[in-house]
Amino acid sequence: MNPARKRTVRLVVALSAAVVLASALIYTSFSAASVALSPSQLLRQAQPGRSYLLTGTVVAHSVVRSGEELNFSVADRAGGATAVPVAYTGTVPDPFREGREVIVTVQKQGGRYVGERNSLITKCPSKYKEAPVPASGGASQKQPS
Amino acid sequence: MAALGRACLLLALAVCVYGIGASVYGVRTGRLEFSESGRRSVYALAGILTVAFAVLEVAFLHNDFAFNTVADTSSRTTPTFYKAAAVWSSQEGSLLLWAWLLSLWSSLVLFLTRGRLRDVTAYATAILLGFGGFFIALMVFYAQPFATTSPAPSEGVGLDPLLRFPTMMIHPPMLYSGYTLCTIPLAFGMGALLARRVDAEWIRLTRRFAFAAWFFLGIGILLGARWSYSELGWGGYWGWDAVENASLMPWLTGTAFLHSLMIQEKRGMLKVWNVSLVLATGTLAIMGTFLVRSGVLNSIHAFGGATLGVPFVVLIAALIAASIYLVVSRREMLRSEHRLDSLLSREAVFLANNLVLVALCFVIFWGTYFPLISQALTGREASVGPPWFDRYTVPLALVLVLLSGIGPVIAWRRATLANARRNFLVPIVVALLTLIVLLAAGVTQKPLAIAMFCCGAFVFGSIGQEFFRGVRARRAMAGETPPVALVALVRRNRRRYGGYIVHIGIAVLFVGVAASSSFQHASELGLSPGQSTRVGAYTISYVRPTASVTPDYDSAGTPAGRELSAILRSERGVTLAPDSARTGASLSLGAVLDVSKGGRHVATLRPSEGYYDSNDPTQGSVGHFIGGQPVSHVALNAGVTRDVWSAIAPNIETPRLKRIIALGNRTLPFIRPGEGIVAIAAMAGAYMQDPPQAQFHFIVSPLVMWIWIGGLIVGGGALIAIWPAPSAIRRRVVARSRARAAHGLVRA
Repeated sequence: MNPARKRTVRLVVALSAAVVLASALIYTSFSAASVALSPSQLLRQAQPGRSYLLTGTVVAHSVVRSGEELNFSVADRAGGATAVPVAYTGTVPDPFREGREVIVTVQKQGGRYVGERNSLITKCPSKYKEAPVPASGGASQKQPS
Repeated sequence: MAALGRACLLLALAVCVYGIGASVYGVRTGRLEFSESGRRSVYALAGILTVAFAVLEVAFLHNDFAFNTVADTSSRTTPTFYKAAAVWSSQEGSLLLWAWLLSLWSSLVLFLTRGRLRDVTAYATAILLGFGGFFIALMVFYAQPFATTSPAPSEGVGLDPLLRFPTMMIHPPMLYSGYTLCTIPLAFGMGALLARRVDAEWIRLTRRFAFAAWFFLGIGILLGARWSYSELGWGGYWGWDAVENASLMPWLTGTAFLHSLMIQEKRGMLKVWNVSLVLATGTLAIMGTFLVRSGVLNSIHAFGGATLGVPFVVLIAALIAASIYLVVSRREMLRSEHRLDSLLSREAVFLANNLVLVALCFVIFWGTYFPLISQALTGREASVGPPWFDRYTVPLALVLVLLSGIGPVIAWRRATLANARRNFLVPIVVALLTLIVLLAAGVTQKPLAIAMFCCGAFVFGSIGQEFFRGVRARRAMAGETPPVALVALVRRNRRRYGGYIVHIGIAVLFVGVAASSSFQHASELGLSPGQSTRVGAYTISYVRPTASVTPDYDSAGTPAGRELSAILRSERGVTLAPDSARTGASLSLGAVLDVSKGGRHVATLRPSEGYYDSNDPTQGSVGHFIGGQPVSHVALNAGVTRDVWSAIAPNIETPRLKRIIALGNRTLPFIRPGEGIVAIAAMAGAYMQDPPQAQFHFIVSPLVMWIWIGGLIVGGGALIAIWPAPSAIRRRVVARSRARAAHGLVRA
């Protein structure tokens, strides 16, 4: 085999390997991902045994701790009456409070929504601060929230 | 003052526009005085932005709540140290910090490269000013740091208590220095392509800055991990959070570049690859800033509006388009001068290391932006969690550590069997011995961690052998004692041995990561005073609760403060003192924990939870004192072999304590804040009398300290490699005088 041909073969092999690996990565990312749902979506489409990322705000006066378990309800960010009661165990981040936005991985078990251990995330203080609307002028693409 | 700040920003914007025009005009028409003027406008920009930054800093220190950013992120009760750091906790302030650091670093690089590669530096000047202008325009039109409200509020909201941690003073400037420094090689790389001068010269000019970018970014990442470990009541140092990933990606491509540039310098190969890495690193740095600042991933994280999204997307799209255009249109010039001779050569190992680093970056990129990708492709918001990241990054990290041991000792061009035997026998033996010792000690679970320990041992073996041989050679030649020979060895070839030290540090760091993540014991439970629990080999008992009340952080020594302390002393067990971490908490509830192992006392830990003033009148005259976000103050007993980590979440929601607050809110007026804090002290007293069960989080994890030690070794090695060697300076002086002499000869 001449050197030029050898190089081409080598390149093709390397590229094919890269493509195969990248495809595996992409495929697993779709199968391993949890779908993010708001409470009202979750109530409509949750299937038992599957994990979902529940995002929303903690309902006021809904937080009750009983032993290991932390019970709270999550409502749609946009407001509204639909709320999902969650039974959670594990680390509770400091910023967790009633009225705060949280993300928690939940599974439907019977009529209950059980939070995956240590999956509760709350707003990170410095990064996701509500962007202030400019006082004068300036287009604002503030998202409805 | 605000007017001065605003004027500075407008002037800075004008300087940027002028400087871009002058540089481009100068290089296009060959009129050097214009590109010189463009370079000077970068210095001017640095001066103007320094004034602007000083104005904002002074406003923070003087509690000038007329400034919106000061009112939003500072308050009178915020300790002075944290007031100074609060400048960059807001969106606007951090943009100003970014622009300011960019102008400083750009000035430095343009000053050091003055008179060299004039066409490349002129384009680079224009590009750097373009970045500066972009960020200044954001501050002029979108997020104004000097926006004011009249009349000024009498008190601010205060700095988020979670950010009241000493490294917060240093973490953002480090990270932003890293990000801004990443744009310097990008600017020079683009400049070289624009000027069609693609030899290794521009790399030589900016190599030190690429190294500095890597260094600062690395320090920033490490400090962030440290903050996460010791301030967030979570106990981890890395969580594959979007913001962490954003800073890691340019660091990975930067690492790849620092390796592959050696191949271009030595062998004239990989030119397209190098220039692509530089462009990718700079673009990822901008994307990192964008990710942190825009809230673009708010579809998942859903926290706050994205005002800066559109301008950033435009900038990033322009960067990517320009990069692709430049590389494709100049591809003929970027031809390699040599071919890869063998797959068993240092070039090939470097290439493999580059591929692994880029693959890591791709995995992290895909996972980080997956919510956006999924939204675009399937219309559903979805995200991948840490297990997905671990599945790919752990094997890649193993290969990377192994390569960091192979790279330094394998021969250039083609490794022979004799060469391999000479260089790899010792490292392989060391790795195998480690494996045998581990298995003999009964460590048989966690194969990935064991593999990492062996890879680490391989690196220690291979680099240790290099140092040993170097020292032996010097001793044989110069007859020096071993320490002298070692120092001389490193000093003679800083880049090489600095790099080796970095490799050692990386191996140490990864051993720490593997050990602490694989062999950790954690426990979360509720305990009442007197109860105890077992965590790993340790018994931890909750001895007694603690409580301390701070009336006003700055008034603790004043007459009013003393009067209050007299009243408070009557509350049994409650101390009047700033919280132990001195972060300005109004109330701090904690625990004294006794840690013992096999009946022997090991340590006493005092974790606490700080409650902060929310300055929110709707929470009542007493309730507002503790209405802010509570923050865990972690207590840990760090050791060479293991850390015992503890955090507490006390329960202040019992009916009795709530009644005290409600009573205080009803009966005490707002105008006498001193009385409000007495009610808080009464509540703390009630808590001490009848302490309710508190939630604890304990972690015992081995070798955590070695992560920080490894990081320090990496930093030390990087500094050694980065520092200009005296011989290099001498060479430069000699070269310059020779050039001048030659110039004179030609004239004569």
